[in-house]
Amino acid sequence: MAGRLAAWFHRRGWSDLIVALPYLWLVALFLVPFLIVAAMSVASQAPTAPPFAFGGDYPWINPAAYVRLVTDDLYLRSFLISLANAGVATALCLLLGYPMALGLTRAPRGWRTVLLMLVILPFWTSFLLRVYAWMGLMGRSSWFNRMLTEGWNALVPIDQAVASVPLMNTNFAVVLVMVYTYLPFMILPLYASLERLDPTLDEAAMDLGSRPARVFLDVTLPQSVPGIVAGGLLVFIPAAGELVIPTLVGNAGTPMIGRVISDEFAQARDWPMASALAVALLVLMVVPTMLYGRHQARAEGRGDPR
Amino acid sequence: MRRLSPFLIVALAGGFVFLYLPILSMAVYSFNDSRLATVWGGFSTRWYVSLASNRQILGAAALSLKIALVSATVATVLGTMAGFALARFRRFRGRTLFAGLVTAPLVMPEVITGISLLMLFILLAEATGWPGQRGFATVTLAHITFSMVFVTTVVQARLSQADRAIEEAAMDLGSRPWQVLWDVTLPTAFPAILSGWLLAFTISLDDVVITSFTTGPGSTTLPLVIWSKVKLGVTPDVNALATITVVVVGIGVALAGWILARAERRRLRDERLAARGDG
Repeated sequence: MAGRLAAWFHRRGWSDLIVALPYLWLVALFLVPFLIVAAMSVASQAPTAPPFAFGGDYPWINPAAYVRLVTDDLYLRSFLISLANAGVATALCLLLGYPMALGLTRAPRGWRTVLLMLVILPFWTSFLLRVYAWMGLMGRSSWFNRMLTEGWNALVPIDQAVASVPLMNTNFAVVLVMVYTYLPFMILPLYASLERLDPTLDEAAMDLGSRPARVFLDVTLPQSVPGIVAGGLLVFIPAAGELVIPTLVGNAGTPMIGRVISDEFAQARDWPMASALAVALLVLMVVPTMLYGRHQARAEGRGDPR
Repeated sequence: MRRLSPFLIVALAGGFVFLYLPILSMAVYSFNDSRLATVWGGFSTRWYVSLASNRQILGAAALSLKIALVSATVATVLGTMAGFALARFRRFRGRTLFAGLVTAPLVMPEVITGISLLMLFILLAEATGWPGQRGFATVTLAHITFSMVFVTTVVQARLSQADRAIEEAAMDLGSRPWQVLWDVTLPTAFPAILSGWLLAFTISLDDVVITSFTTGPGSTTLPLVIWSKVKLGVTPDVNALATITVVVVGIGVALAGWILARAERRRLRDERLAARGDG
């Protein structure tokens, strides 16, 4: 039963208006642009403005961009680099974020609100400025880099001493800054799923003689899988398509796909190639999202433990 | 309740150092007198003074605020409608596509959203002459599109878990449907609508990638000014600007958290009183 309020809205036709406005908006400014990209990916590049044309002969489409996508090493390599970087960043976020989320659930009540606020705060501040803050730390003459350099030089033999630790414009920097900027996305869903665990389960396991490490592996970890999956996707998906971070702290030798798409579009003015890469990236993104949706639906079918 | 183990305390402390060290370092260096952004040359507030007289940055900040205000407000209206529809209308034509359309922008890589909107605007200009020049209007349209789905998510979640019996009771007691909407449904959804607006406002104020694709000459938002500056490296005036942003946002988040918590407490109290029957 959908409720009498909803029934009244339906009868009077108001529901059509309430649905139609956001619906039409999203069709016009999200679905249609995406269909343009999909169509553009089978167009031909042309020396016109806008720089594309649809071929004259049947079947009117030109698969050249997709052929290049699978034959040119540059594209496959940047896809692999993106997936690897996003995967490593997600794993590191999990390793760092899990103990933090667990710690948050066990912090004293009064502290918990403040600490949670401190996790959320960076998320509300400018993403760009958080990337920028690391540029300040990683630069060759920064106090942080000089400290690292001294530490390194004290540890290694004299012939391996360096003038400064190379951090900026490396693939390591890209992963590090991705971990930094996306860490709150991992902590928050983990916290949400750990917070609703029943602490008496832990105690029961302890009473029955389990050691803390076993309790964690057998009781806590399996129950927090939904949080791990949600956090993992929230980190992995934006990280794989990242453009800002590789542009600011990465290098041209290890390109990520987001940057390649942007360069194909804006610099090479190859709209079909950029579109084909965008379609391929979306297919890669859709698969994990659909898996997550299925997982969610199944979890809901089982019923919320609360 | 299990206590914090030493390992978890170390993990928390280390994690917060990791999260805040870069921001603190940036804030300290914003008071650096040296022109070299990373070498300490004594205390000074001159970068803040020079910021206050920087026409380009002030103009860009004003444009960003204008776009964020307009786009967050329209996005909140559209997003709330969509969230209400998904939470209250069980069946309508095209519901599956609609549900997909409000989730897809959440996972769409920004580069693709940006490029696809730019292509739309260019083709539209070819076909109809509008938009002749990209700027405030095109950026605002783009921002509304990607931020409204965040509002929808928040509002839908809120309305789905709200007790619908109160709406039914109000109908039973003879309230007109509009009155129910105004007196019961909207107040229930209000914290979600407010946080949706804040979310939309922040996302708009923060966006670099989609704005850079959908804007034109003469319409440079604050993140775009920062973007073009930091591509060349670290500069002391951006340190100052960043510090101001962090402080303003910090106060804003604390204030919003306080207001939302208070509204939530009041609503729960009202519901308890109503349930007891003596409210």
